[in-house]
Amino acid sequence: MRAFYRVLYSDVLLAWRQGSISLVVAFLFIALTLVPFGVGPELALLKRLAPGLLWVVIVLALLLSLDRLFQSDAEDGGFDQLMLSAQPLELLVLAKLIAHYISLIIPLSLVLPLAGFLVNIDIKALWPLILSVLVAGPALCALGAIGSALSVSVRRAGLLTALIVMPLYVPVLLFGANATQTALLGNGTIAFDAIAILAAMSVAAILLAPVAISAALRGLSE
Amino acid sequence: MRIQKTDWLHYYANPHRFMRLAQRLFYPLWVVAILTLLYGLYLSFQAPPDYQQGETVRIMFVHVPAAWMALFGYSFIAFVSILALIFRHPLGHLAARAAAPIGACFTLVALITGALWGQPMWGTWWVWDARLTSVLVLFFIYIGYISLWRAIESPEKASRAAAILAIVGFINVPIIKFSVDWWNTLHQPASVSRFARPAIHPDILYPLLMMGVAFMVLFFALLITRMQVEILNQRARRRLGGGV
Repeated sequence: MRAFYRVLYSDVLLAWRQGSISLVVAFLFIALTLVPFGVGPELALLKRLAPGLLWVVIVLALLLSLDRLFQSDAEDGGFDQLMLSAQPLELLVLAKLIAHYISLIIPLSLVLPLAGFLVNIDIKALWPLILSVLVAGPALCALGAIGSALSVSVRRAGLLTALIVMPLYVPVLLFGANATQTALLGNGTIAFDAIAILAAMSVAAILLAPVAISAALRGLSE
Repeated sequence: MRIQKTDWLHYYANPHRFMRLAQRLFYPLWVVAILTLLYGLYLSFQAPPDYQQGETVRIMFVHVPAAWMALFGYSFIAFVSILALIFRHPLGHLAARAAAPIGACFTLVALITGALWGQPMWGTWWVWDARLTSVLVLFFIYIGYISLWRAIESPEKASRAAAILAIVGFINVPIIKFSVDWWNTLHQPASVSRFARPAIHPDILYPLLMMGVAFMVLFFALLITRMQVEILNQRARRRLGGGV
């Protein structure tokens, strides 16, 4: 288990020191700032669009952050170390997924209240939004990591990874946006059925994805 | 040593043996595909116009089988990918790679004919109907799969990554279908309701099935052609001595 914690710790630390956390947060704000320029600054319209917009922008931010997830390890030989480790590769991949969750999903959900005000989010929808992002986060990280692992040997993989992962994100986005829309229409009631489905997706994804990712990574060294 | 009959799976792992089989199948498949396609088209134009949809119902004879083949094509890719991963069978990867653009084309045909049918029936080219949306997402999955094949230079790495993607996508297709159905029924219940369809009349059903058979044979005719081309390509590259 020590290897597990080491990978987890060093990945979070790396994300913090390399500034990828502040990059993603900055992207969230910049993308949201573009929206009023596109659709107009009308507050009522923004209020209606806000939960869906925030969800779409979060998904975009995650897609952009994916291409470096495994690539730096592939370049500097970190993977060979992971594969040589006595621990099963699946476990170490799981540690990387959790690190990704801690260093991306949690900062994003922390700044969501602030970002929400940019697009005039209804305060009723804010808590369900944060809850649904936190619950859906493991699924988003796990599915994204599959795409990232598959395209690790491609040099400029950013667009390719996004293309692979986007269809996989559709169900998560649907239920996540729905949970917040329901709150908006139903006076702040949290749509627990949607949250429950998101949780189920997260559990399934976090259990199955390490297997797929490890299979993809082993293929690299053959 | 004689190869046992039961070991046909590995017997055809040799590209030369496969090529012999493919050459024997090539003409029969294409002849049957063209004949059934012509007969199916003939039946489609013989079918009486629908009392509600009029002549536009004929679009269905292309649209519905194309949608079937879109799903069949992806299932086929996932199936041969699993075989290829388990038995390390080179033909499996080859078949999956060759099938992907064919399936993507059928998906595109289903989407375009759907839009052509939707314009007179619904008054718009595109609606975010549950079925349309899930077929569109399926099309994106095809595109991602093909792009992955093209992006990775080493054939061994590409085939393995693509096979894993095919399987992951295959697990996701039903989830996408289910979630899109759920999303759509919640958002706009029956604002663009599909026409209430009575049990399909044989006049319609028979041409539809004929076109289905024709598309299926066409799929395999195209598949075997593409696989032959790919094998010949590999040979040519090897003979030219390039390090590709």
